[in-house]
Amino acid sequence: MTPLVFTLVVAGISYAAGLLGSLVGVGGGIIVVPALTLLMGVGIQKAIAASIVSVIATSSGAAASYLTERITNMRLGMLLEVATVIGALTGAYLAEWVSVRGLYLTFALVLAYTAWSMLRPRGRAVEAVPDALADRLRLHGSFFDRSLGREVPYRVSRTKLGLAVSYVAGVASGLLGIGGGVLKVPVMNLAMGLPIKVCTATSNFMIGVTAATSAAVYFMRGEVLPFIAAPVAVGVLLGAKTGARLMGGMKNDAIKVVFVAVLAVSAAQMLNKGLR
Amino acid sequence: MKPPAEDRVARAEESIGRLLRIGVGASLVLLAGGTLLSFLRDGGYGRNASEVVRLTGPGGSFPRTAAWLVDGIVRLNGQAVIVAGLLLLIATPVLRVAVSVVAFARERDRTYALITAFVLVLLLVSFELGSAV
Repeated sequence: MTPLVFTLVVAGISYAAGLLGSLVGVGGGIIVVPALTLLMGVGIQKAIAASIVSVIATSSGAAASYLTERITNMRLGMLLEVATVIGALTGAYLAEWVSVRGLYLTFALVLAYTAWSMLRPRGRAVEAVPDALADRLRLHGSFFDRSLGREVPYRVSRTKLGLAVSYVAGVASGLLGIGGGVLKVPVMNLAMGLPIKVCTATSNFMIGVTAATSAAVYFMRGEVLPFIAAPVAVGVLLGAKTGARLMGGMKNDAIKVVFVAVLAVSAAQMLNKGLR
Repeated sequence: MKPPAEDRVARAEESIGRLLRIGVGASLVLLAGGTLLSFLRDGGYGRNASEVVRLTGPGGSFPRTAAWLVDGIVRLNGQAVIVAGLLLLIATPVLRVAVSVVAFARERDRTYALITAFVLVLLLVSFELGSAV
């Protein structure tokens, strides 16, 4: 394979990952890392480093439009960022110590979890509890729901649980080069009591900063290779943009099935690599 | 909360949104342009299949001193342009957090100015921590 073919294939795969990811509401990283390692023979650390850079691109791109629409809960985002950023640093450091085998196995686990979380019926919200921390930090908010045409107020509870889960999501992000939204969003929605739109927007808002933290570590370590990272970032971002444009007119269920199948196959392959 | 403060937050959010868009757009141009340059010019990616192994292998690491970067950008070295794009992409959220610190400070919201400043410090420290390994 010549460098030109490699670049074009990687850009194509990344475009597909960004497109598919944005259609089903996850980032591209979870597809890009398996694709680079399993299909292109890239070392898993280099794949993770390239992926984390593309996560910044997609998150920042999407955050821009959410902010303009004022759905993001900035205060909550900033607060939980403290946990995700510390988590990302932990993860980026752990990546130095975890063996390649361990990285494959952890990644397979997260892929399997993601596939399962897309298939399971949406969980039932846990009852809201009074949360003194949320009161003190003025985390409650409201957002303008366009489909309802009015401002929808909401109250936040279980802030501490949110901080803990955000830390775990940060570790996963730094260790595996993914955004970690798949871990945060369900907890923010079902346990903390935030409307799903606010969860997605706020989680995405945090992901850019989380990914930048681990990307900085990987970059200074020399793991972010220009040859791989450039086509991945450009491909994923353009794919995500196309996805956002298509979103309105697509039937979601068929895409979801395809996506879950891709996740399941990747999980099995990565498991196999980790066990061999 | 008083409406004027809400307004200021909203305006800050909009300028943050604009900042993110510009940062991502500019780095995208650098990444694509740098890749193109690497193919078009000598000393870039080359045409042989063996090059891929060199470029993706463990020895594929690149010099990353500031002097190399500046010199490379001046000479339109493709990989240096890509590295500039990568750095800009990583810096965009950092700038975003910096803007938020200022926005919260202007509102005299001490708690959140401190929380945001703490995140900013962690971000800046992560560059240092990475190079220390």
